[in-house]
Amino acid sequence: MSFEFILFIFFSLIAAVSAVIMITRPNPVMSAIFLIINFFSIAGLYLILHAQFISIVQIIVYAGAIMVLFLFVLMLLNAKSEKDILSGKNKIKIFAVVIAGLVFAQIAYLIFFSSPGKALSPDVAASIKAGTVEQIGKELYTNYLLPFEAAGFLLLASTIGALVLAKKHFD
Amino acid sequence: MSKIVNPSVEYPANTWPLLFYGAAVLILAGIMVGLSYILGQRHEDKDTNTPFESGMKVTGSARLRFSVHFYLVAMFFVIFDLEAVFVVAWAIAFNELGWTGYIGVIIFIGVLTAVLVYEWRIGALDFGPNGKKILKAQKEFK
Amino acid sequence: MQDFYNILPLILVASGIVISVVIEILSDNSEKILPWFSALVLLSASVYSIMLMNNTGTIFNGMLATGGNVYIFHFIFTIGAMLIILGSIDYIKKYGSYFGEYYILILNAVLGMMIMASARDLFMVFIGLELMSICFYVLAGINRKKLNANEASLKYVLLGAFASGFVVYGIALIYGTAQTTSIDKIIAGFVPLSHNILFITGLFLFLVGFSFKIAAFPFHQWVPDVYQGSATTISGLMSTGGKAAAFSVLIILLSAVAPSNANVFRPYFAVIATLSMIYGSIVAISQNNLKRMLAYSSIAHAGYMSIGLASGNYESIAGIIFYLAAYTFMNIGAFIVISMIEGENDSKLQLSDYVGLNAKNPKLAALMALFMFALSGLPPFAGFFGKYYVFISAIEANLTWLAIVGVISSVISVYFYLRVIVLMYFKEPETSVAVHNSNYGVLAAVISALFVIVFGLFPGTLLDLITSFLK
Repeated sequence: MSFEFILFIFFSLIAAVSAVIMITRPNPVMSAIFLIINFFSIAGLYLILHAQFISIVQIIVYAGAIMVLFLFVLMLLNAKSEKDILSGKNKIKIFAVVIAGLVFAQIAYLIFFSSPGKALSPDVAASIKAGTVEQIGKELYTNYLLPFEAAGFLLLASTIGALVLAKKHFD
Repeated sequence: MSKIVNPSVEYPANTWPLLFYGAAVLILAGIMVGLSYILGQRHEDKDTNTPFESGMKVTGSARLRFSVHFYLVAMFFVIFDLEAVFVVAWAIAFNELGWTGYIGVIIFIGVLTAVLVYEWRIGALDFGPNGKKILKAQKEFK
Repeated sequence: MQDFYNILPLILVASGIVISVVIEILSDNSEKILPWFSALVLLSASVYSIMLMNNTGTIFNGMLATGGNVYIFHFIFTIGAMLIILGSIDYIKKYGSYFGEYYILILNAVLGMMIMASARDLFMVFIGLELMSICFYVLAGINRKKLNANEASLKYVLLGAFASGFVVYGIALIYGTAQTTSIDKIIAGFVPLSHNILFITGLFLFLVGFSFKIAAFPFHQWVPDVYQGSATTISGLMSTGGKAAAFSVLIILLSAVAPSNANVFRPYFAVIATLSMIYGSIVAISQNNLKRMLAYSSIAHAGYMSIGLASGNYESIAGIIFYLAAYTFMNIGAFIVISMIEGENDSKLQLSDYVGLNAKNPKLAALMALFMFALSGLPPFAGFFGKYYVFISAIEANLTWLAIVGVISSVISVYFYLRVIVLMYFKEPETSVAVHNSNYGVLAAVISALFVIVFGLFPGTLLDLITSFLK
């Protein structure tokens, strides 16, 4: 058993367990905390796959910024417990189970039955290099410069939009 | 797994410090929590589990509804966090990118600087009462 | 440098956005400067998109396409948004969200549409889609004091985010199977890829997401509430620019299937088209609110255009682009006229408020009648030729039954369009309060009317231009 394999087992166990705990907590804030643990273990999985940039972004943006947003929304809505929201709504639960089953079936198909095979690059060294921050910076600022600048305008529009909708100034 | 664990590719040696650091953090935190659990004293009094409120009885829940203003701050945090991520990617590949990368990042930062100044101008970054406005109102009152 | 010159319309709008943010920072009455500034930016962008129409090609490693039909779309977006801004100048004071950010957001939405139309990479498509959608979510609820507007904005953002999720999931599956996000490469390898079930699933999810954005039948639930709740001018932009941008992406897909005649989406689009046309036309009859009626008519029009997607040949692409150009101007014109008649607090939107409009304000009544004629598809206005070209393309693709369904639902829809005209002209007004119009609004409506008439009188010119770029 290679060391990578042990790490893989370690991180994926944490990810799976924290995900289960997350969806079974009645208190939404607790769920959010376990979601952070989930994000961290997934960042570890990315690291094993040599996707360093994605791993760092997962921690900085998701576990950092997006989680802050999540927690603020929870406090904003002041949802005391899931029971108030979901009690007696069995249709939603059935729908959720069906959707989850579909997604699971699809991922299972992707992993076990489809043959991505040939098209994947056999050059492991190149694919390891592709995950580094440097390589992604190079791609981002040459080939993907235009989508990147467009993303700047997306951030501009969303900031102004948030201000228009939430700032007192406009009343 | 067979593809990833390719014997011809060494696991990058420079990941070891990170792994060592991660393990050290886990072990250290485990020791701290574990030892205090084993050695610490326990008592179960009437008010042990109530939040501290200067000797007063607790009034109401701590789960207050937050103002939407805080949410705005969180959103700005996300936006400028993303900007930082992109700029770091540029900084690390700085030598190879040259002037094209420089111009690209300048445009990006320029757009977001305009947004930042705009936020500042309309007072989205102000918390609490505005001192200048109060002083101005006071002067007018006199 | 030639590359940058070729995307001048995009650069103009983008720099216009940054400059308007700076104006907003520096000026205390930006709401008076910004409409003129943004209209100027959009006008110059539209002029350049006509001038650069012949410089076809792709730039930035195949990220964006320039020239050709892409710039016809750019012209539609920029001129349409400019008309909307002209119509907004007086309307928005009445509506009660009188501040400069309104115009910045419109410019951003137009930039998003332009990116969508020229994108040749799935990343660009998605960023453009989000840029446009986020601006629309905010613009729908721009007046926070109106409960209607809040409801519209919330419904739109929840359902829209859901649709965007479909699009992203689809893009992920397409990328996973095609190993590229470049649309040109995906089109080149389309036939072998179309045997891959995951690729088809991804494509289907992508189509579902965009069917939501074009407001086709099973994904239409947001349309009536959002169009009714938003500011009337914004509804005009959403129903035209937003629809045209989403169609511009779907058309790229068609260019993948048109040469090989392997239209795998035909059943999907045929079903969507049939349901949208019939549902939109029938439900619109029972509407008393003009904005709601136009919302259902917008669903029906999405159905007519989807006939073109189902037939999937070059004629249908040309037909859809022509239809979109015609629909943009007639619908924007109709919404601007409605915005002028609308009173404060969402009043005067009912059909009964249009009784005897001719006696109160003959100018507005004439404009409204023209747009209603055009929307119903009566010759000699542009709307007729839009439908005609799309139906012809369906017959050429052996989808005669779809064309017949289209004709039947057009006939049904004539009823509710002409009802407005009958009320305006052949009934005496109950009250004799004169309706005041805004000069800028009338100007915008007259310009739209001119486009509708010109496209209707000389449909061949525009269609030949579009067809010449397809070859």
